[in-house]
Amino acid sequence: MRRYVIRRLIGIIPVMLGVIFVTMLTTELIPGDPVALMLGENARPEQEAALRKHLGLDQPLPVRYARYVLNVATGDLGRSIQTNRPVLDEIRDVWPNTLVLAVAAMALAIVVGVTVGVISAVRPYGIIDSLARVLALIGLSMPIFWLGLVMLYVFAYYFRLFPVGGTGSWKHYILPAIALATPSIGILSRMTRSSLLDVMGEDFIRTARAKGLRGASIITRHALRNAMIPVMSVVGLQFGQLLGGAVLTETIFSWPGLGRLTVRGVFARDFVLVQGAVLTFAMAFVLINLLIDLSYAYIDPRIHYD
Amino acid sequence: MHISTRESITTEPREIGLAAKPRSPAGDVARRFVRNRLALAGLFIVVMLTITAIAAPVIAPKDPAASTLGDTRARPSREYLLGADELGRDILSRIIYGSRVALLVAVLAVGAATLVGGGIGLIAGFAGGWIDEVLMRLMDILLAFPYLLLAIAIVSALGSGVEKTTIAVAIWAVPNFARVVRGQVLTLKERDYVLAARALGARTPRLLLVHITPNIIAPIIVFGSLYMANAILLEAALSFLGLGVQPPQASWGLMVASGRDFLRVDPHVTTFPGIAIMITVLGFNLLGDGLRDAMDPRLRNRF
Repeated sequence: MRRYVIRRLIGIIPVMLGVIFVTMLTTELIPGDPVALMLGENARPEQEAALRKHLGLDQPLPVRYARYVLNVATGDLGRSIQTNRPVLDEIRDVWPNTLVLAVAAMALAIVVGVTVGVISAVRPYGIIDSLARVLALIGLSMPIFWLGLVMLYVFAYYFRLFPVGGTGSWKHYILPAIALATPSIGILSRMTRSSLLDVMGEDFIRTARAKGLRGASIITRHALRNAMIPVMSVVGLQFGQLLGGAVLTETIFSWPGLGRLTVRGVFARDFVLVQGAVLTFAMAFVLINLLIDLSYAYIDPRIHYD
Repeated sequence: MHISTRESITTEPREIGLAAKPRSPAGDVARRFVRNRLALAGLFIVVMLTITAIAAPVIAPKDPAASTLGDTRARPSREYLLGADELGRDILSRIIYGSRVALLVAVLAVGAATLVGGGIGLIAGFAGGWIDEVLMRLMDILLAFPYLLLAIAIVSALGSGVEKTTIAVAIWAVPNFARVVRGQVLTLKERDYVLAARALGARTPRLLLVHITPNIIAPIIVFGSLYMANAILLEAALSFLGLGVQPPQASWGLMVASGRDFLRVDPHVTTFPGIAIMITVLGFNLLGDGLRDAMDPRLRNRF
């Protein structure tokens, strides 16, 4: 197990090197010159050259890449062009807000999604199942930024049940977490349903039935656990959706998180900040998926990593 | 992070009854599709949307760009069926024209991703070995960016607008198509008929084009339809953030965003374009689901 974890952690390194390269390439392609943009129209050439040197932009791409990688390895993501604060500090300030929101949404999605999926699978093609499947499809077809705004209007403006935005009490979490979780609820319930139906066709379920177990006990004790592996792999992928979707929900609910920081950075052409933020998102996504891969061994004792 | 490798079949009594009489495979697919009401609903939505996009100038009651300042944010009425936006433009007409942007971006992006991603998957799956390893590790890098962030990074680099948005959506979809096609190729290339063709001396290009590609078209159509839904959502999200399609062009995501500032007083400006997005995405999802179930009932509710 430990060897497997170490091997997987080492395997992350080339992926992250690639991620850094792609993010650097995109900033390389930025039309217009960040330096000219920062200094405005009346800058003298000497000023531009000095700032370019200061940002390291006078170096060729491979040198900048190597330098950036070395800096990242030592925890230095550079300084924000906009605020001149270290990017790592900027990210550290807001990152927990995004993580908490994403985890809250994920928890909601797993609880509701798996429950709906199980209810669907108990009587497949029945009325409840059909209804649940249509609702799941509508959920995953929902643009979350629109859902967020509709909920904002109904529950915050019209009924005044929840705050309009920002953080603070538990009430601040409800609307953003629901908006963020809705598509994932749809996907997870579909996955749970089909995976459970697969498992219900297997021999050991028939054996459990034959020895006289009742339906509910078969599902909770025998089938669900076996059906969870494909569901967990989808949970990992959904975390990517949630982290990305956080950009939208944070924008709508004025949530001070990494998503809003990224969008702010894009509009301010603060490429150092955007690079750092995107890198943090990718890193989180990759690590979460590693954790989920490792969790398989707990769900299914037959799986060994060596 | 595979979806599922389980091969077992969800037993359905209806299917067994169908299998009793031998029929043509294409006829079976069509019959299964037509019997599925949700799939037909999806097809209906997609066809209506396509007609709307093509015939937008004929259908739209007003000029989508004409603003009447006195009618700023007018409520829905006989004059403006879905109301007017913050510049006094007819929302219904803008939604109708917006279908053009949504479809154009999604069709071009999914088409490009099918060609590029499909090509990569075909080569990786068929060649195997280090070529497969290198190509798929490159795809892994693109997949390491959470949804939306790769597109944001690309758009922030390339700039916004319809073409740039299309490129960003396409690049985001490429690794997913590559994985699906590769998986199909891996199973197909060991099939007896492919091995037989190879034994008879068929060369790689012939094996790929004549024997393998025709057999992956069905899953690509299904996957493409489901990805149309995702591409439309992604374009809308980018445009909503102000990073995609730019004003004055009518894009649904942009229209939702433009109503944000007046949400408290005039929610209709935001609501209607969002409903258009949802119905469209739902249509493609229903169609994709229906096609998948019709083409291969074993794949029910997969990918």
